[in-house]
Amino acid sequence: MKQNWWKYIGVLLLIYVHLGGLMLEAPRLNILNETVRALYFHVPMWFGMVLLYMISVFYAIKFLRNPLSDADVKSVEYAHVGTAFGILGILTGMLWANYTWGSPWHGDPKQNGAAIALLVYLAYFVLRGSIENDEQKARLSAVYNIFAFAAMIPLIFIIPRLTDSMHPGNGGNPGFNAYDLDSRMRLIFYPAVAAWFLIGLWIVSLRVRYRILQNHLTE
Amino acid sequence: MIVALLKKEITLELRKKSVIAGIGLYLFSLTFICYITFALRQNSINAATWSALFWLVILFSVVNSLAKSFIGEKKGLAIYYYSLASPQAIILSKIIYNTLLALLLSLAGLLLFTLLIGNPIQDLRLFIVTLIFTSIGFSSSLSLISGIASKANNSNILMAVLSFPVLISILLMAIRITKNALDGIDLAASYDELLNLLAINCIATALAYLLFPYIWRS
Repeated sequence: MKQNWWKYIGVLLLIYVHLGGLMLEAPRLNILNETVRALYFHVPMWFGMVLLYMISVFYAIKFLRNPLSDADVKSVEYAHVGTAFGILGILTGMLWANYTWGSPWHGDPKQNGAAIALLVYLAYFVLRGSIENDEQKARLSAVYNIFAFAAMIPLIFIIPRLTDSMHPGNGGNPGFNAYDLDSRMRLIFYPAVAAWFLIGLWIVSLRVRYRILQNHLTE
Repeated sequence: MIVALLKKEITLELRKKSVIAGIGLYLFSLTFICYITFALRQNSINAATWSALFWLVILFSVVNSLAKSFIGEKKGLAIYYYSLASPQAIILSKIIYNTLLALLLSLAGLLLFTLLIGNPIQDLRLFIVTLIFTSIGFSSSLSLISGIASKANNSNILMAVLSFPVLISILLMAIRITKNALDGIDLAASYDELLNLLAINCIATALAYLLFPYIWRS
């Protein structure tokens, strides 16, 4: 990823998403009204988080198969940025819930699942902090990363679908599904997902380069 | 090899009577605290509270007693075992042994709850099946996490921090089935949850089996 073109695309798309997302016409839906615009900023955070965590697990597996320190640095940094996305996702969700549901924390299954996902990765960082030997730290945290990610999937993807939820898209609430995701919204939503993800990748690449340089300096 | 390791675990456990007594007393104290704090001589609690209390007591006593599966072991002893057996045999024997221990704890907990707090369960058969399933899930997750935590500095705190988020999905399913068992709803209504629990157990056991070889070497 030496070329910079994808960074330009990310920035341009994000400018487009901000301008279009806030100014273009949005469909009128019951209850949601103007808060439907949260779709462009809140939902891409979760897509970004899950994708970044997946890449983190991918590098964890790669590290276990072939212990290079680079794979470990990448795995941690993807997890860091994924967690940042998750925290932003929770905060934007709380802001939205405050206007739509009447309180920032509503105990909705999706909110709880998201909070637990963050707990898993915060525990991962605590684990990394409490092992001194670098090689051992990398191996044990890679094992926990894979295990925790696999244990998290039922939480995020299955359990909210088993219970009634007030979250848009569940239980007959209007939201993210093929029927009422208006074609005008799609024009902004898909670029938004791509843009936020590209920005996430950019942050990760900077952090990875910084960490690798730091490691070289200390060696 | 697995059978031999399993025998070793059980004989070691039976030899150290104080450890079993400690675990039993821990369970009893937790149940008794629930009994005292809710002032249950005068009041009674509803079914949902019973289920919440029961699973909290089971969670804490199981996490604390299964934590010692790797944390308590002496370093030299571990190296000796590892020179004798394959990592797969070690983790499988630990999982089987811990399942038995967790199941014993759950049943003892149920007995204590029946004595002190009462037993509002209508479908006991379903509830015991749930206890068996959760014991398998708890033991396979906790055996691996105990292996990870034993290598770190503050093992005991880390054990709780690492295991709770992972156990929540098992616990959520268990609480949902418990609700059905408490209300005496037909068994067919709980098939989905039981199947989910079984799937989570399979994932956890398979992962523990695959990942343990990477942690035992260090």
